Amino acid sequence: MYRYNDFDADFVAQRNRQFRQQVARRIDGSLTEDEFKPLRLMNGLYLQLHAYMLRVAIPYGTLNSAQMRQLAYLAERFDKGYGHFTTRQNIQYNWPKLPDVPDMLDALAEVEMHAIQTSGNTIRNVTADHFAGAAADEIADPRPVAELLRQWSTDHPEFQFLPRKFKIAVTGSPNDRAVIKAHDIGIQVVEQDGRIGYRVLVGGGLGRTPMIGKELADFVSQQELLPYVEAVVSVWNLLGRRDNKYKARIKITVHEHGIEQIRGLVEERFKETRAAFNGADLAIFEQIKPQFAPPAFRNAPTDAFDRAYEADPVFRSWADTNLAQHRAPGYAIAQISIKAHGQTPGDATAEQMRVMADIASEFGHDELRISHEQNVILPHVHKSDLPEIHARLKAHGLATANIGKISDIIACPGMDYCALATARSIPVAQQIATRFDELKIENDIGDLKIKISGCINACGHHHVGHIGILGLDRAGVETYQITLGGDHTENAAIGQRTGPGFGYDEIVPAIERLVGAYLEHRTDPAETFLQTYRRLGMAPFKAALYDSEQSRVAAE
Amino acid sequence: MPRAFTPKVITANALIEGDVIYLTANDDWTRDLARAEILTDEAHAELRLIEASQRHHEAVGVYLADVAKGDKGPEPTHFREDFRRTGPSNYAHGKQEERV
Ligand code: HEM
Ligand code: SF4
Repeated sequence: MYRYNDFDADFVAQRNRQFRQQVARRIDGSLTEDEFKPLRLMNGLYLQLHAYMLRVAIPYGTLNSAQMRQLAYLAERFDKGYGHFTTRQNIQYNWPKLPDVPDMLDALAEVEMHAIQTSGNTIRNVTADHFAGAAADEIADPRPVAELLRQWSTDHPEFQFLPRKFKIAVTGSPNDRAVIKAHDIGIQVVEQDGRIGYRVLVGGGLGRTPMIGKELADFVSQQELLPYVEAVVSVWNLLGRRDNKYKARIKITVHEHGIEQIRGLVEERFKETRAAFNGADLAIFEQIKPQFAPPAFRNAPTDAFDRAYEADPVFRSWADTNLAQHRAPGYAIAQISIKAHGQTPGDATAEQMRVMADIASEFGHDELRISHEQNVILPHVHKSDLPEIHARLKAHGLATANIGKISDIIACPGMDYCALATARSIPVAQQIATRFDELKIENDIGDLKIKISGCINACGHHHVGHIGILGLDRAGVETYQITLGGDHTENAAIGQRTGPGFGYDEIVPAIERLVGAYLEHRTDPAETFLQTYRRLGMAPFKAALYDSEQSRVAAE
Repeated sequence: MPRAFTPKVITANALIEGDVIYLTANDDWTRDLARAEILTDEAHAELRLIEASQRHHEAVGVYLADVAKGDKGPEPTHFREDFRRTGPSNYAHGKQEERV
């Protein structure tokens, strides 16, 4: 795990001192809100519907148990006892009070965490595959390069006032778990003739104009990567549409100029940046790399796992659904669902955070991850420890066996918290999860991703949900639009709209009809919802949504 | 014909806690919409808005919100203002918890 050096620690401490004074001056009246707002946003502090909201970065989603315990402490001491994990590997606190925020930032600094560049038109938290360093399909751990990008982008003088925010995601595997095609820059570790390098995608993004990223370069070597990425951001910094906020993201720049022209401009600029970098970044990279060395994996029998798997159907169902394949023999990646049926997706209480921290330090080589699907991961656990881990998780409401299933829903905060929302998202997620739990068909349905946003900004990734739900305000009424066929993987696709939206009371029955149509039309239980949709297209689903709707209305 | 002026209240977020506040006829801020001053005259409402907006050290993001006159004072007419009044609906905490 990356440990701060003296420079990092001093930098964060100084930023916190500066912000403490700014908060004091806001409270004593020497700063107006107009003067203060950009300063608070530089430190991840928003003002939402009912309270302030502090967004804390969890770089590339990696945490140790001390950090998780500190997040629990913040939740208890300064919030209402819980935190909210987001799709960009951040944690958000929904209820801090303004005078407490400097203390919160100091508490974070104690465990090498901060909220810098979690807001504003800067390069945001660099995200990565949540299975990094553990996945069986990985070419190389994406985190050293994510850390290099983080150090390069933090306080980068040229990139503090970009046309708009800028998001970078990195994956080390061909199976994309970092949604790189929906990021401004997506980076994929690749191997060519025995050499490790990077494939660079550009211009993906969701929001009001969703787009899938395009390939800018198929192979960039290690020594070229940082100057190359700097060239991309620098070209966009000049070309980006500062005249129109809605056209400022790099996806629009790429769309308007064409990928060929952008590639040409990047190549031009790259000649300058490459010369300017002179290899200092390579030296830093070499220092970063060993800090992500894999832990010493233990060689032990897995009988305890096998016995529990045979004997306990609850454990078996959890193991089948929530475990993923680890690269080391005898090991597994355990996914902890923060989506118990009926709960707020992504919310964990202080107690739950401590339970997860304890398990990580006792059984998990002290490592935890946050996934973009708002769940927590134990990346390295020996299978023989899993029965004990499962029992402890179960005792704290953390053993829901629903990873990848219909109730494993991503939902943005929506109108329950967010000042930008046009409708609620969380209660819709709660009701869908509860409904399908009651119907007891979740396992039969299999893999199905529902993603919900409360406005067109698409924080809930609805465009890339197999079923996407977008909450809107239609003439003062909460209305939900459905899209189908979105995909967030390496085969990324934007979902298609089904037709008119549904009211708040109609959305859960509508989802039920959609799922019913899938169950009716699939060729066999192995065919997923997405495969059925791809085979048959929109028609049968549209019929299920609207024909029955009309007949129901007609019958009333 | 100019559009008729519908009743309004002045609302904002409190500077320190960030929670939803409303202006009363006595120039206090209240957390309770029922106690807010209902503004029915457009010119008066504009004046009150200007005054309230100058209270930087107490309130952030001051604006006029639509209400209807109910039996117990102003009631929200749009669901957004209803959620601002009642707190998050995902489970009972915040204002909903206090009320229980
Ligand atoms: C309540 C506080 C939040 C506010 C005010 C907020 C605001 C925004 C805004 C304005 C955008 C649109 C940017 C653009 O494309 O122009 C956006 C996009 C996004 N937000 Fe949030 N957001 C919030 C919470 C969250 C949460 C909780 C998550 C994760 C669950 C999240 C993840 C994202 C993601 C992934 C996008 C992606 C769109 C893209 O850039 O491609 N946000 N957010
Ligand atoms: S999608 Fe909209 S409502 Fe949801 S968190 Fe983002 S900005 Fe808020």
